[in-house]
Amino acid sequence: MDIVLQNISKAFDDYPAVHDISLAIRSGELIALLGPSGSGKTTLLRLIAGLEFLDRGRILFGDEDASAKSVQERNVGFVFQHYALFKQMNVADNVGFGLRVRPRASRPGRTEIRRRALELLDLVQLSGLEKRFPMQLSGGQRQRVALARALAIEPAVLLLDEPFGALDAKVRKELRRWLRDLHERTGHTTVFVTHDQEEALELADRVVVMNAGRVEQVGTADDIYDAPASPFVHGFIGESSSLPVTLSGGTILVAGRPSGLVGAGAGAARLFFRPGHVDLLRPGERGIAGVVTGSRRLTDRRRLEIAVGGSHSVEIDVPSLPETSGVLETGSEVVFRPREFRLYGESETAPRRAA
Amino acid sequence: MAAELSGAPLRISRPVRRGRSATTEAPAVRVALVGLVFVFLGFFLMLPLVAVFVEALRGGISAYLAAIVEPDALAAIRLTLIVAAIAVPANMVFGVAAAWAVAKFEFKGKSLLVTLIDLPFSVSPVISGLVYVLLFGAQGFFGPFLDAHGVEIIFAVPGIVLATIFVTFPFVARELIPLMQEQGSGDEEAALSLGASGFTTFLLVTLPNVKWALLYGVLLCNARAMGEFGAVSVVSGHIRGLTNTMPLHVEILYNEYSFAAAFAVASLLALLALFTLALKTFLEWRFAGAIAAERAH
Amino acid sequence: MRGRARTWRKRSVLPGFGLSLGFTIAYLGLVVLVPLAALVIKSAGLGAAEFWRLATDPRTLAALRLSFGTALVAATINAVFGALIAWVLVRYRFFGRRFLDAVIDLPFALPTAVAGIALTSLYAPNGWVGQFLQPLGLKVAYAPAGIVVALTFVSLPFVVRTVEPVLAEIDRELEEAAATLGASRAQTMFKVIVPALLPALLTGFALALARAVGEYGSVIFIAGNIPYVSEIAPLLIVIRLEEFDYAGATAVAAVMLAIAFVMLFVINLLQAWSRRRFGYGS
Repeated sequence: MDIVLQNISKAFDDYPAVHDISLAIRSGELIALLGPSGSGKTTLLRLIAGLEFLDRGRILFGDEDASAKSVQERNVGFVFQHYALFKQMNVADNVGFGLRVRPRASRPGRTEIRRRALELLDLVQLSGLEKRFPMQLSGGQRQRVALARALAIEPAVLLLDEPFGALDAKVRKELRRWLRDLHERTGHTTVFVTHDQEEALELADRVVVMNAGRVEQVGTADDIYDAPASPFVHGFIGESSSLPVTLSGGTILVAGRPSGLVGAGAGAARLFFRPGHVDLLRPGERGIAGVVTGSRRLTDRRRLEIAVGGSHSVEIDVPSLPETSGVLETGSEVVFRPREFRLYGESETAPRRAA
Repeated sequence: MAAELSGAPLRISRPVRRGRSATTEAPAVRVALVGLVFVFLGFFLMLPLVAVFVEALRGGISAYLAAIVEPDALAAIRLTLIVAAIAVPANMVFGVAAAWAVAKFEFKGKSLLVTLIDLPFSVSPVISGLVYVLLFGAQGFFGPFLDAHGVEIIFAVPGIVLATIFVTFPFVARELIPLMQEQGSGDEEAALSLGASGFTTFLLVTLPNVKWALLYGVLLCNARAMGEFGAVSVVSGHIRGLTNTMPLHVEILYNEYSFAAAFAVASLLALLALFTLALKTFLEWRFAGAIAAERAH
Repeated sequence: MRGRARTWRKRSVLPGFGLSLGFTIAYLGLVVLVPLAALVIKSAGLGAAEFWRLATDPRTLAALRLSFGTALVAATINAVFGALIAWVLVRYRFFGRRFLDAVIDLPFALPTAVAGIALTSLYAPNGWVGQFLQPLGLKVAYAPAGIVVALTFVSLPFVVRTVEPVLAEIDRELEEAAATLGASRAQTMFKVIVPALLPALLTGFALALARAVGEYGSVIFIAGNIPYVSEIAPLLIVIRLEEFDYAGATAVAAVMLAIAFVMLFVINLLQAWSRRRFGYGS
C-alpha cells in the first residue's frame, strides 16, 4: 500500500520534532529513516503508526486519509525498539494477540489463530519455540517474535523502530540480511528507523536522511553517498573533511591561494570531500597545501591530519607505502587534491570534477 | 528528486483531531477514577483521622490539656519515649549490620536469612507478646530463675521493650537491604583501593549512600514503636503510672468511658503519625533528586 | 580469618563480614527465633491429643474462622481498591496527588489503638457514619462488619505499595504495542496490564491478608468481642492468657503462627515465580 505524508508537522511543548515533512512511499518499498538522535525520525514513525497525533498535514494510506484514524484502526505492524513483548504470554500467544483482540465478527477461531501463529513462527524461523516465554529467549529471537506478532495482523505497513539497536554486532548483521530476505518474500511496505548509516544503506531501497525535524535528502544509497544534497548529509554519511574556500573567476581559492580546483560562482563557500578521495601531489604542484599535524596508521592506509592555512584541520587518507612513511612525518609539508569534491554555498550544490 | 516528494503540497493546514493517546483513558474515565480514589481514601483514611481530633476537642481545650498533663498520662508518655529510645537505636544498629552482611556479601542461606528478618511482620502482635510471656512469665521457661533473682521482665518495662523490639525488628533492615543490594559494592571497593580503612569506608561511603533510606526506616520504626499496642498489651500488665504506654493508656481511658481523655491522648499519637508522614513526604519532595540518585546508583 | 577460603561464601575484599553477620544472627536469634521457638516447644509439650483438643475447641475454631473470613474480605477490598489507587497515583497527574500518596501510609504510621477508637466512634450507632447506617438496619460497630472496616483500614497500604513500583515499571511500549495490534483500551487493560500486575497484586493481597489475620489493636474496640460471633483469634489468645490458661493461649497462637508461616512461604513462592517467569517482582 502506498503511504503518502503531506506537509506533516508535530511539536512537543513548542519543540518542533517533525517540521513540514512530505514523503511518498511506494507500495512494497523498504524505506530507512536515518538521522542522528533528536532528528525526529522516531516521531515520524510514531506519527505514521498513529501513536502520536499530527499538529498539521495529513497521512494517506492508499487513497484513505489515515490521519483521523486511531492507532487501533490503522492496522500498522509496529516493532518496538525493545520489542515490547507481553512477558506473561508465551510466544504463540504473543504472536496471536492481534487476532485474539479482534471484534467477534472478524475474529478467527482458536485453532485458526494458533495455525496462523505457528505459520508466522515458521516464517521467522522460530518453529518449536512457541511455548517459551519472552524471558527465555535471546535478543535476536525476541526481535523475530515481535516481527511475527506485527505481521500477524496483515498490516498495511510494517514500521520498525531501531530494529537492530538492542542487539550485539554479530546478531545485528545476520538479522539485517535476514530481514532483507523476508521483505523480498512478503513484500510489505516497510519503514524502519535507524541511526546506523551502514544499516540504512545496505538494507533500504531508499533512505530518508533527517536532521532537526526536517528531511535533508531522500534517495538510494548511491544518491545519498555520491550526491549528498546538503552539507549535513555529506558530513553525516560516510567520512568527510571540509574547508572554507573562496570562489573567484571559476577557480577555488583555499586559504587565499589557487587550489587547482574549479567551481562556478563567487564568494565564500565550503568544500567537502571524502578523506579517501584525494591524490597526494608532488611539492610545487598546484593543489591544497598544508602541514601534517598527526598521522595514524589504519589497516591498509595512513590517515593524516593536516592543518591548512594555519588553522583549519582536515583529514586525508594516503596509501600506506614504505616510501611515504618517512616523508609524511609530523611537521612535513604536503600538497593534495580531492579527486571528487562538493561545494556548498548559498547557491552552490552541483558536483564538479577536479581539473 | 522532486518527483520523490508528494505532488502538490497542501497549502491549507487543516486542523487535525487532536485525539487521545493510545495509552490513556478518556478524560471522563480519568476524572471518575481519581474521584473514586479521593472518596475511598477520604472515607476510609481521612475521616477516622479527623474524628480523632474532633472527639479529642469535644470537651474543649482545657479538658484536652487536663487529660494530657494528668500524672498517669504523663507517666505513659514518659514510658513510651523511654521504650522508643531503647528499641529504635537497637533495631537501627541491627538493620545496618544485617544490610551490610546481606547486601555486600554472597553466602549460603542468605535468602533464608532475609525471610527470617521479615518474620516479625507476619506474626500477630499478640503472639509477639505471648512468646515473651512464655519465656519470662511466672510460668515461663525462665520464670522461676528470674523470680529467684528478683528480676522482673513480664509486667515490667523490660518486657515492654523486648516486645517492642520484636514488632519493630525488620523496619530499618528492610529499607536498607534492597537499596544496598541495588547499589552493589563498587563504591566501597573504590574507597578501599584508594587506601581507606574498612571503617572509614563504611562511615564516609556506605552510610552517606543510604542516609535517606536509613532515615525512612528509623522514622517508620519509631512510629510503630511508640504506637504498638497488641504485643505491649500482653506483656505490660496494665499497671497505671508504671507499665502503661500511651496506646495502653488510651485503651484504659476508653474502656472507662473517658472518651474525651482517651481521644486527647490518642490525638498525640495521631500527631506523631502525621509528623512522621509529613517528614517522609517532605524529605521525598525536598531530596527527590538525592533519593533517585541513591536508587539509580 | 578473612584470608582463609570458605566454601559457603564468596570471598570479598570488603571487611566486616564476620562481625556484621555474627551480630545479625545473634540478634535475630535472641530477639525473634528463641522466643518463637519457646512457643513451638511449649505447644509441642502439650502433646498431640491435648493440642488437637485445644486447637479444635469450638470457640477457637469460631475465632479463627472469623479472623480469616474478615481478613479475606478486607484483603479483597484492598486488592481491588489498592490496584485502582496505585493506577491513579502512577498514571495520572492531578491536584492533590502528592497528598494522596502521603496519606496512603497513614495506617502504617497511625497506632492501631487510635485507629480502633476512631473507627468505633465513627461507626457506633450514634457516630458520624453509624447514624446513617442505623436506620437502614446496617450494624457495623460491635459486629463482624466492623472488623472488616478496621482490617480494611490497617491493611490498605500493602496492595498499593506492592503494585505501585511494578506498575511504574511497565513499559508504555507494551500498551502501544497492544494498540497497534488493534486492542481496545479495555482489552489492553485486562489482557496486558492486569496479567502483568498479577504477581504483585497477589503478593500485596497475601501481605494484606497476613497483616489482617493477626491484627488486634484496631479490632478489639469496634468488634464487640462476643464469643462465637465477633471474637477474633488474637483476642482469644489474650483472653486465655488473662485466665492464666497458657496452654489454651499457646495452642491458638501455634495455629496462627503456622498459618503465618504458610502465608510467608506462599508470598516467597509468588515472588520467586514472578521473578523467574517475568523477570520482575519485589
